Amino acid sequence: MAERQIAGRSASPGFACGSVHRLAGGGRERVPTGDPAREAAALSDAIGRAMADIESLAEKTGGDAADMLAFQAALLGDDELSRPAFDAVAAGASADKAWSTALSSEISGYLASDDEYFQARSADLEDLRDRVLTILSGGEADVVPPGAVVVGEDMPPSKFLSIDWHAGGAIVLAAGSKTSHVAMLARSRGVPMVVAAGPAIVSASGEALVDGAAGTVVLDPEPATRDSFESRRLVEEAALREAAAVLPAPAATRDGTTVTVLINVADPGELKSVDPAHCDGIGLVRTEFLFHGRGSLPGEEAQFGVYRTIAEWAQGRPVTIRTLDAGGDKPIPGLTIDGESNPFLGVRGIRLSLARPEVFRVQLRALLRAGVYGQVKVMLPMVTVPGELEAARAMLVEEHDALVAAGRKVVMPPLGIMVEVPATALAVDRFDAAFYSIGSNDLTQYATAAGRDIGAVADLADPLHPGVLGMIEHVAAYGAASGLDVSLCGDAGGDPDVLPALLEAGLRTVSVAPAALGRTKLAIRAIDLASGAGDAA
Amino acid sequence: MSNTVTASALLTNAVGLHARPSVKLTQLAKSFGASVEIALEAGGPWIDAKSPVKVMRVKATKGATLHVRATGDDAAAAVAAVVDLVVRKFDEADAEAAHG
Repeated sequence: MAERQIAGRSASPGFACGSVHRLAGGGRERVPTGDPAREAAALSDAIGRAMADIESLAEKTGGDAADMLAFQAALLGDDELSRPAFDAVAAGASADKAWSTALSSEISGYLASDDEYFQARSADLEDLRDRVLTILSGGEADVVPPGAVVVGEDMPPSKFLSIDWHAGGAIVLAAGSKTSHVAMLARSRGVPMVVAAGPAIVSASGEALVDGAAGTVVLDPEPATRDSFESRRLVEEAALREAAAVLPAPAATRDGTTVTVLINVADPGELKSVDPAHCDGIGLVRTEFLFHGRGSLPGEEAQFGVYRTIAEWAQGRPVTIRTLDAGGDKPIPGLTIDGESNPFLGVRGIRLSLARPEVFRVQLRALLRAGVYGQVKVMLPMVTVPGELEAARAMLVEEHDALVAAGRKVVMPPLGIMVEVPATALAVDRFDAAFYSIGSNDLTQYATAAGRDIGAVADLADPLHPGVLGMIEHVAAYGAASGLDVSLCGDAGGDPDVLPALLEAGLRTVSVAPAALGRTKLAIRAIDLASGAGDAA
Repeated sequence: MSNTVTASALLTNAVGLHARPSVKLTQLAKSFGASVEIALEAGGPWIDAKSPVKVMRVKATKGATLHVRATGDDAAAAVAAVVDLVVRKFDEADAEAAHG
């Protein structure tokens, strides 16, 4: 077949060369049959196939992995594990929902243990849960071979997380957006990703070359194309090595101005590959991952266990945990409101938390308790008026006092806000917060009236727009005058083309995806604030 | 009149009744016809030792006393075998088990 060039949009940089793997069914949600007998048969079949998969994997592996698989097989073969799920199916629940709820409840029990060995086993159960869910929704066990270029209409975050990216690989989507959740995960893990590649990509096959930074894909490449791709890849890898070399050093500009570089965490699994000494702390922990892909909302113990693990990872460095930012492009069944005409302007972030205090208070209690194990700070998303901050503070104080009265160990965390609503940015001095973090993705989309999920207006959503930079400058100036910390935790902070403008606007703290840490530190080194302009270009 | 036998043993392996030891315990228990149960207190609650999911829920850590109870024809042999497994530290070198 002749070579074909496809131009999409960049969602995550990097080069990859591999065989095309088409996503089964485009990764869509499973449609329940509505018949308890058929749901029970589907669940039983999926469990049987997952068991067969695990047993065939166990035959090929040895050592610790084989022990883990033997343990998983023992659990999956125990009727006690699936009994609650089959009970729920008999009572009318769908197979996937019933399984997910039953396993989440079992997982909470492990997470609640004080013993780290038992806590760690929760990952094995999560894997079991996802393995069966994948078979239920895919019809076939869609196992992506290592190093594959995965193509599809769109990709759910759970699919991304189920793929082993250690051997390389890339993602090319017909639709999608660089600000989607899965694009964020791809950047965090350093997986090259191209979006808006057009409908033809869905039926691609053969071999593909992916240039994530350029947003281009070559199908069935000619030898000459492959050679030039290879030489560009070598240049890129040299740049990556250079970025890795500056990781251990604190970040400073050419003129010696210190810049604090924090990391954004979307999934605690990302922390395994990051040395805490390479960053100044965590500027943003997104807590949505706790609420996704589960049949039920996470309890206080489950949340506490995860927050504590993250706080301890940082070894005394600050850890800013954002309360649930659901809504907008991040719906959560049973929590967010369906059918809003414009979810980005609807009940999301702190608006949703204040509307559902029984859910919010559980999170606040877990955060108060996690504060004992590290320097935990709590951040509220989408704050628009000071009354929202005060209402949240009142609940935090109430939960603090109740936990103290119950004899629990707690620490009152500093309470800060995200600055992502333009009206909040311009009136930042009216908010009595302990710190401010500019969410540049949302601030940019709201200020430019260009939706982050709409590819056709993506070019308008530019953080370098003078109107957006003006707001960032205003917030940074307020921080400098008041002595309160101001950071920026959107994609702009890790973008070498945008960083010089951010530092010139007065920002001195950025929080970036773990994969962008080295690149960001390298870009900061090239900036000279004394000469009035960065020479990174 | 069914034949019930009980005994107890101290958990001395580093990680307690963890993933690998639990799998070994349940596999051993299943090799007997008798019902085999474990508990952390002599008075119960008693847990089915043939269910890895239930055994893991016990979260028995090092230093706990494991009570074993079996009922059935081969109850005595079942209890003796389980106690022996615990005393043998589940055949795991502690340094190795710490990774499990």
